[in-house]
Amino acid sequence: MNSAASGTSSQPVIEVNNLVTYYGDQKILDDVSLSVAPGEIMVIMGGSGSGKSTLLRYLLGLHRADAGDIRLFGKSIDTLSSQEWMEIRKRIGVSFQGGALFNSMTVGENVQMPLREHTSLDENTIKIMSRMKLEVVNLAGFEHLMPAQLSGGMTKRAALARAIVMDPGILFFDEPSAGLDPVVAADLDNLILRIRDAMPVSMVVVTHELESAFKIADRITVLDRGRILMVGSVEEVRNSDNPRIRNLLTRTSEDEPVDVDDYLQRLTEGAMRF
Amino acid sequence: MAAEIQASRFRLLTEQVGRKFVSGVEDFGYGAALLAESVFWLLVGRWRQQRVRLSAIVQEMMDIGVRAIPVVVILAFANGAMMAMQGIYTLRDFGAESQVISGIAMSVTREFGVLIAGIVVAGRSGSAIAARIGTMQMAQEIDALRVMGVSPVRYLVSPILAAMLIMMPMLAILSDTMAILGGGVISVMELHINLDTYTTRVFSELVPGDIFQGLIKSVVFAVLITLVATSNGFNASGGAEGLGRATTRSVVLCIAAIVVADMIFTFFLSR
Repeated sequence: MNSAASGTSSQPVIEVNNLVTYYGDQKILDDVSLSVAPGEIMVIMGGSGSGKSTLLRYLLGLHRADAGDIRLFGKSIDTLSSQEWMEIRKRIGVSFQGGALFNSMTVGENVQMPLREHTSLDENTIKIMSRMKLEVVNLAGFEHLMPAQLSGGMTKRAALARAIVMDPGILFFDEPSAGLDPVVAADLDNLILRIRDAMPVSMVVVTHELESAFKIADRITVLDRGRILMVGSVEEVRNSDNPRIRNLLTRTSEDEPVDVDDYLQRLTEGAMRF
Repeated sequence: MAAEIQASRFRLLTEQVGRKFVSGVEDFGYGAALLAESVFWLLVGRWRQQRVRLSAIVQEMMDIGVRAIPVVVILAFANGAMMAMQGIYTLRDFGAESQVISGIAMSVTREFGVLIAGIVVAGRSGSAIAARIGTMQMAQEIDALRVMGVSPVRYLVSPILAAMLIMMPMLAILSDTMAILGGGVISVMELHINLDTYTTRVFSELVPGDIFQGLIKSVVFAVLITLVATSNGFNASGGAEGLGRATTRSVVLCIAAIVVADMIFTFFLSR
């Protein structure tokens, strides 16, 4: 639990105001608002289907919001020109759930790719910079391996090295601990904290792993069925008496009462169509 | 009740036809946008710090063109030989078997040479490109490119389009040459002429327009194969089964597109 960001008065690096999104006719995110301060680690937590991964995709600008506003570094992403978007994207790094390393390239080439695409540095400098980042994630000496030859933990670390190679202002993580054993997951949590201490970077971490969330978060946003249940510090979330948050924390399943009319409606809907 | 079922079936049928039509229009629009964007990056990428890398184009030229040479050579040679055999057999009844040479020269350069090259490229690269981009789509590699500020169209489609535009005409010329050679071997054997006479006859029959007709078609095929294969890759979803479906759909649509386009072009260019 780190309080590096508490009490900061500078402008938020991420601001989401009243975000509403749909998938077809179904509302996925409903009136979501949050902000992330410089240097802060914001964990977005929630169960499956809570909309947390969807929120991440909107924060990354992979979809356009149906309503509401998302600001990165103070700029509304809906009004950005493609050139401005590219400049913003040079300042963010993303570690995807499965790593999303380019399978046709070696680990080293993967980490070097943003430098090759966005800078005119010479070959030696690119190699040195990528090796520095691989050192940070303890993957020095593995740059010649192909992604398929890496273990789950190594893949996540390689993806993290690629995400930080441009020294981003914001780092996004999608389920960093998913699919890892507890020891490797704990190592990755430590690595995330180390990077935050070493670099001036804000982080948004989407996860459903409670232990990991409590360890790395400055603040936690709890999402449930597309709505924000609460935003607060780790202690505030731990001590919350909201029944749905308690269920999430105590891993209690929820049996929802079935409305008979709704149930029959669902069963018979469209039955007359042949 | 029966009337209600009938009405319901009719409604469903019209709904399906409508949806297919809308989806067809959407696909067309998507392809047009893809073409415009990839041409845009090829032309102005250098000035927007997003240049299309020459090394990527050369790599695609190897995959699409150079590695297709053996199959094109074999298919074109065999096709030319078969045309000569069938032509000689058919024209012998009229005592006009020597006319087979002009038949081969014209039909190969205008039609079959480029069609063989197109079908080979569609079969080889149409599936490979869709599978590669589809795998990247499913592994979130396309998302990774986008969030890195790298346009997936510039990075993946533009090099393929450039390579296709360079290699398809070359493969078409190779295919023309091999098919004419295949026809020549059979003509030499069956008509008891020498290869020099055959070659002279071929060149005396051909006008530049015949060869240009084939080359124009090869450029159209290059664009069609690129757009169909890449758009199928980008729209792949549904795990391994979905990827298989996208790959198959890509090959079938590529071949269908080039054959139909060939027919339309032949209709207009032969007038």
